[in-house]
Amino acid sequence: MEEINQNSQTSQDFNSDIYKPNNEDDLREIIKYCFKKNLPIEIVGRGTKIRIGKKLQCAKTLDMSNISGIIDYKPEELYITVKAGTPIQTIQNELKKNNQHLAFEPVNFSEIFQKDSNEGTIGGTLSCNFSGSRRFKVGSARDHILGFKGYNGKGEKIKSGGTVVKNVTGYDLSKLITGSFGTLLVLSEITLKVLPLQSDTKTIIISGLGLEHAIEIMGSAISSSNDPSGAVFYPDSLRDNFVFNDLTHRGSITAIRVEGSKTSTEQRINNLIQDLSLIEKNITVLDSVQSEIFWEETRCLKVFSKNQKNILRAVIPTSETINLLNRLKSFHPTYFIDWGGSLIWIELDYLSNQKIEQIRKRILVANGYLTVIKSPENVKLSSEIFTIDPIKFKISQNIKKSFDPKRIFNPGKMYTGI
Amino acid sequence: MTSLKMPKVDRKILKDKEKIVKEIANFTNRKNILSEIEELKPYETDGLSAYKQTPMLVVLPENTIEVSKILSYCNKNKIKVVPRGAGTGLAGSALPLADCVLLGLGKFNKILEKDFKNRCVVAQPGVTNLSITHAVQDKGFYYAPDPSSQIACSIGGNVAENSGGVHSLKYGTTTNNILGVEIVLMDGTVTRVGGKVFDSPGYDLLGLITGSEGLLCVITEVTVKILKKPDTVKAILLGFPTIEDGGNCVTKIISEGIIPSGMEMMDKVLLEATNNFSKAGYPLDAEGMLIVEIDGTKSEVDELIDRVAQIAKQNKCSSIKISKSEEERLKFWSGRKAAFPACGEMAPDYYCVDGTIPRGKLAKVLKEITKLSKKYKLPVANAFHAGDGNLHPIIMFDANDKKSLEKTEKFGEDILKLCVKFGGVLSGEHGIGVEKRELMCEMFNNQDIQQQISIKNSLDPSSLLNPGKVYPILRKCAEEGRLHIHGRDKSKFSDIPRF
Repeated sequence: MEEINQNSQTSQDFNSDIYKPNNEDDLREIIKYCFKKNLPIEIVGRGTKIRIGKKLQCAKTLDMSNISGIIDYKPEELYITVKAGTPIQTIQNELKKNNQHLAFEPVNFSEIFQKDSNEGTIGGTLSCNFSGSRRFKVGSARDHILGFKGYNGKGEKIKSGGTVVKNVTGYDLSKLITGSFGTLLVLSEITLKVLPLQSDTKTIIISGLGLEHAIEIMGSAISSSNDPSGAVFYPDSLRDNFVFNDLTHRGSITAIRVEGSKTSTEQRINNLIQDLSLIEKNITVLDSVQSEIFWEETRCLKVFSKNQKNILRAVIPTSETINLLNRLKSFHPTYFIDWGGSLIWIELDYLSNQKIEQIRKRILVANGYLTVIKSPENVKLSSEIFTIDPIKFKISQNIKKSFDPKRIFNPGKMYTGI
Repeated sequence: MTSLKMPKVDRKILKDKEKIVKEIANFTNRKNILSEIEELKPYETDGLSAYKQTPMLVVLPENTIEVSKILSYCNKNKIKVVPRGAGTGLAGSALPLADCVLLGLGKFNKILEKDFKNRCVVAQPGVTNLSITHAVQDKGFYYAPDPSSQIACSIGGNVAENSGGVHSLKYGTTTNNILGVEIVLMDGTVTRVGGKVFDSPGYDLLGLITGSEGLLCVITEVTVKILKKPDTVKAILLGFPTIEDGGNCVTKIISEGIIPSGMEMMDKVLLEATNNFSKAGYPLDAEGMLIVEIDGTKSEVDELIDRVAQIAKQNKCSSIKISKSEEERLKFWSGRKAAFPACGEMAPDYYCVDGTIPRGKLAKVLKEITKLSKKYKLPVANAFHAGDGNLHPIIMFDANDKKSLEKTEKFGEDILKLCVKFGGVLSGEHGIGVEKRELMCEMFNNQDIQQQISIKNSLDPSSLLNPGKVYPILRKCAEEGRLHIHGRDKSKFSDIPRF
C-alpha cells in the first residue's frame, strides 16, 4: 500500500473534525488516510439534503464544497463536465447562457430544510437522484449522467462512462453511483447530458377536479401524442398557495405542461383541450412566465414550505394512486401528486416509527416504495428511511463492499450495515 | 476461425457431461437439454460469426424456477453458464465456452401484460423487440429503442447489451426505457429489480444490469416503458459537397436547440452502394448525405423541418429533399437500412465496426479513417448515427486472402483506438463481448477495470456466469474489434437488417 504523506501532498490537518479538500490530491490523501485509520466519514456538499437519510455519527466530515468549478462545457455536444462540489445554480446559470438546462429538474429541498437560496451541489443532487416533474418524459438524474471520476473507499481513482450518450463499454457505474447517497464512492468529476431549453412553455390549469377525474385526465394527457412534460395535481386544501393573475377559478388544481416552439405549444394545448373534452371545464392557460413560476414552485415543494411538518415521498404505479390515497385517509395527510399520478408527496403533522411502517405497508401493497424525506431525528433513528427487501439488501451489501470494503463512506446513511 | 484466448477449459466438467445431463434433467424436461453435436451446432456462435465454439450443453428452461435451479446447480458444481437470448449480438457476448451450459431463453417468449394505464409492457426476455411494438400499436403505442435487428433480437438481449437504434438521441437507449426486471443470480437467487415505477430506491441495480452483457445475472422478465406514437413524422435528405460540411450541419442543428428523432450520415462510398442496391434516390453528386427525421405534432414538425433546411443551406448543402408522404419517408430510410447488404454486393466480405465519438469530431475521424483505408489498401464505407455520435465504418475485404483478413482486423482496431483518442468510446450499441475485450485498456486503466471486476465477483464469486467476456484476459491492447460477416449469402442471420 502507498504510504500516506501527511505533509507534502495536502494542506489538510488530519486532526481536524472537518476535512475540506481544495483539490483532488487533497481528496485522495484524505480518503487514503481514512481507509488506513478506519475512519468513517460523512460526505457533504453544501448540506442541503443532509437531513435525508439516517443521521451519521461519523468521526470526520468530508466537505466537498471547495471541489467546485466547470471543467468543460460543449453546448454543441450537449454535455458539461463539472467538479462534484459545483453548485447546481452555477451550472444552470452557465447552461442558460446557451439556452440549455439540466432537463431532469432536480428537486430543490432548500425551502423545506434550511430556508435559503442554497440549492446544493451537483454531487449531492446525483447522490440523491430526486427528479422533478419532467421525469416521465426525460428521465431522472440517473438518465442524465454520462460519466464520472471519483475515489473508492481505498482512495483509488475510478472512472466510468464518458461524454457520449451511446455507450456500452463496461458496466454503467454512473447509474449505480446515482442515488447511492455517497455510500459507494466520493465523486470528483461528473459529465452530464444537457438539453436545449424550449422556447415556449404553456400550462393548462383545470380547476376544481376531483381526485379520480384528475388522475384520469393526467393519464390521458401523458398517454397522448401531445407529449406533455409535466402533470401535477394539487387538492383543494393547497389551492391558496397559488396566486396567479390569470387564475380566477377556485378548487383543486390539475396542471398539464407542454414545451416547445410557440406554434407547437399552441397546437398541443388546443389538442389537449379537445382530446380531453376540457372545453366545458374551468380552464386557464398559463403563459411562459407564469408557467415557469408554477413549475418552479412545484420543484421546490413550495406548498410544504410554510410549516415544519414531516414529509414522505411515495412512488407507485398510477393505477394504484387513488386506492392508496383512500387507504392513507386515516392518517389525514396533506398531499400533492406529481409525475402524472405516480409520485405522491405527503405531509403529516405527526410521525412515529409505527406510522411510517403502516404507511410503508400500504405503499408496498400498491407495488410502490416509500422514502422518508423529513422526520424528527428520534423517529428517523429507529425507522427505515428507504424501502428494501432482504435479497436486495444482501446484493447491496456485496456491492458496497466492492467499492468501500471498510465502510468508511456514509456508513448507515441508507441502511444499517451498508 | 480467428483464435481467441478463453478461460481455461475444465476437463473434469467435460468428463462428467453425462452425469450433468442427468442431474439437470431433474430441474427441466429432458427434451430441453441438447447434448448431441448436431443439436449443439446451431448454438456455436452468435451474430459475431468469426468466432465459433460448440458448448458442452444447451439447456432451454421454461420458467424462472427452472432457471434458478439450473444456476444453483451449476454454481455448486462450478459449471460455467453462458446466457443467450436470440443470439443476434454482434460482439460475441453469447459465444459459448467448450465446458459451459449455454442457457437459451428462447422458450421465454410470451408477453405477460399490456398495461396501458401505467404505460408499460411486461414481457419474457425471449420476446423480440419488434413484437412489443406490435402488441401495443393498435392503441397507438410503441417501444422506442429500435436496434436494426429488432425483428429478431430479444428484449432480454437488448437489456443485456443496452441496445440502441437510430432514435437514441431523442428517446435514449434501452437503459432509459425499461422500468424493471426479474433476475436470477448465479447462486439461484431470484429477485425483482424495479417494477412499474421510476427510480426504485437503493442502488440502481437496474442501471447496473443493463448493458452488463450477461455477466451479472440471467434476466427472466422485463418491464418496458411504452410511448404514444407521435402525430407526424417527416424526414429530410440533405446532400453535402464534403463530409466536413455535413458534420458542421449536424453540429449546427444541435446547437440551434433542435433534437431530431434520428440523424443519420452516409459517405459517398455507401451512398453509391446503397443507391444501386435499393434505388432510394440519394444525391449521387454528394460526398456525404444526412437523413434528418423529426417527429411531433404537425405544426412543430413542419416548422422544424423548415429550420433544418435553412441550417443546411447555410452549411453549403447541395441538395434538399423533404418527404411528402409516409412512403417517401420510408424510401429515404430504405437505402440506409440496406447499408450492410449493399456492401456485401461490393466485396466478398465485410466487417462492421461500432464505436462512438463526440459528434463534432466526425469530419476529423472520417478523414483519419480514409487515411487508414489507404494505408491498409482496403475500401471502407461509413454509416454514422450522427445524432448520437455512433459510428459504423464497414470495411470490405476478401476473407479467402488471409493477409486481407489480418489487415482488416488491424484496421478495425485502429478505428476503435481513434474513437477513444477523439474522446469517444469503444462501443455505442454492440457491446464489448469477446470482440473488443482486449481493447478495454484503451479506455480504462487497471484500477477502473479492477473495480468493475470486483462488482462481478461480489455477485458471482466463482466467476461462472459468462466468463471471458467484456474484461481483458490478455490485459494488453491487441486483437480484434469488428463484426465479421463471411460472404453475404453464408452470413449468420443474413436476412436481419443491420444498420
